[in-house]
Amino acid sequence: MRYLPKSPTERQEMLGAIGAKSIEDLFSSIPDAYRLKKPLALPGPLSEQEVIEYFQARAAENSGGYTSFLGAGVYNHLRSVVTDAILQRGEFLTSYTPYQAEISQGTLQAIFEFQTLMCQLTGQEVANASVYDGSTATTEAVLMAERLTGRRRVLIARSVHPEYREVLRTYAKNSGLKVEEISYTAAGTIDTRGLRAALKDDVCAVVAQSPNFFGAIETLWPLAESAHASGALLVVAIAEGLSLGVVKPPTEADIVAMEGQSFGLAPSYGGPFAGVVASRDKFVRQMPGRLAGQTTDSEGQRGFVLTLATREQHIRREKATSNICTNQALCALAATVHLTLLGKEGLREMAEQNLSKAQFTLAELQQIPGVKRAFSAPFFNEFTVELPRSVKIVNAELLKEKIVGPFVLGPAYPELTKHALVCVTETISRREIERFVAAVKRALEQPL
Amino acid sequence: MAYPKQYRYTKEHEWIETKGDIATIGITDYAQHELGDVVFVELPAPGTKVSTGKTLGSVESVKAVSEIYAPASGEVIESNASLQNKPETLNTEPHGAGWLVKIKLANPAEVNSLMDAAAYEAYIEEKQKEASA
Repeated sequence: MRYLPKSPTERQEMLGAIGAKSIEDLFSSIPDAYRLKKPLALPGPLSEQEVIEYFQARAAENSGGYTSFLGAGVYNHLRSVVTDAILQRGEFLTSYTPYQAEISQGTLQAIFEFQTLMCQLTGQEVANASVYDGSTATTEAVLMAERLTGRRRVLIARSVHPEYREVLRTYAKNSGLKVEEISYTAAGTIDTRGLRAALKDDVCAVVAQSPNFFGAIETLWPLAESAHASGALLVVAIAEGLSLGVVKPPTEADIVAMEGQSFGLAPSYGGPFAGVVASRDKFVRQMPGRLAGQTTDSEGQRGFVLTLATREQHIRREKATSNICTNQALCALAATVHLTLLGKEGLREMAEQNLSKAQFTLAELQQIPGVKRAFSAPFFNEFTVELPRSVKIVNAELLKEKIVGPFVLGPAYPELTKHALVCVTETISRREIERFVAAVKRALEQPL
Repeated sequence: MAYPKQYRYTKEHEWIETKGDIATIGITDYAQHELGDVVFVELPAPGTKVSTGKTLGSVESVKAVSEIYAPASGEVIESNASLQNKPETLNTEPHGAGWLVKIKLANPAEVNSLMDAAAYEAYIEEKQKEASA
């Protein structure tokens, strides 16, 4: 896109053409009380050299050299420079969503391959072109279940990410959708007895996350059985997509809502990420957003089209399936490139490293007097431990040793007062794990 | 395609044929032509109450999804199941095999206020003139 500057003379000409004397004239319909009568308080322009110095100084404020045991929905994973090199191609980086879709064959192919990968990972039949993130994917999955069943009550496990639940409640607040939470057991998984008791014929969906927020892997088939017996759908949320490298795909689910951050997207400040909605073929017309498909053109050559976009907002306006379903094309592309580079074996190996490093870390932590494993269910790369002292105090000590400590569960779960959610990914070496465990031990031994 | 004389028509391009208090509802040839190739039809389940001017279902074509509005109030007694597998019937036989739903009318007299075939033909002729003007 070219930048076309305009001179004062040109401005005057344009104003003349529309019959205005000055720029101020254009704003005359705004009541005087609401007019800003002074220039905006913006700093003056900088030279190129000054801009470079400014950003170098800001970049130097970044802290480096920390080892992080923080997960809780956003995960540190290895990323290849190849992913960034492809993302930074102008054709992908600067293009807006293709409303004239078929002229953007490269974008459509990337989306199609993303959908294919997401179907292979989740064991579902269709996946959409992506939504904002795992939290909106989960909510969109619930709204989809609401449309499919015509019911207006949803049961969501308390072991689902607290922020995912908050996003759902925000959507539900003024829509008449009733949200109820189901507790967890000593294993750290959803209370199936409580679930069965709450299931009535007015429930549209049962929502569980696996691995859940405590790191525990849920057994999905009993949830599917209970939900289906009362005519509800099972929505499975996945915050750590890499778990699918070793955990069985959630084929029992009617709708899968997944966060794609683990696939080639840096944690940044918590975004931008890419959410995935995947489902059974028969539910495709109630899916939010769009779907790219593969076809052949009039000359028999392979081509890509937007197979399903007829229910999006630029066509359906207020009757759209969802008005908050922007496709995160660039993030989805990162996931596609990342997964393609890893391949099936690479994904499994990466997942196995997470699993064994987390197991090792837990075993080491349990050697410390007073440190207990909180839940008994199997886990992937995150687990919950109970400490004999406040997690916040321990974390403050860890930070002094350049270690970002585990997630403090207390604020989101008041009953889990001394509980820490520890995340260990493939990025952390054995030496760093040992340094972490030693630092935790010292922090616990310190006099109050 | 001729517009059957015994049908009544709405401005939203639905047709309705009544036999006693039972009515069959579909979309007109003009409507199917405007929509283009129909790929999916969403219809209400039997027992659903519908009311005049309110959404009855939707028709999805390659271009867009469009609402179908109920020409009269009543209760759905049957929807055309054959459209699930052969939605294209809506394009080929909009006034016959491509019917959408049968309803039990709440007030059969309501249908009399709708356009007859001659009035509807004049209405769409006007529309076409507007479009080409």
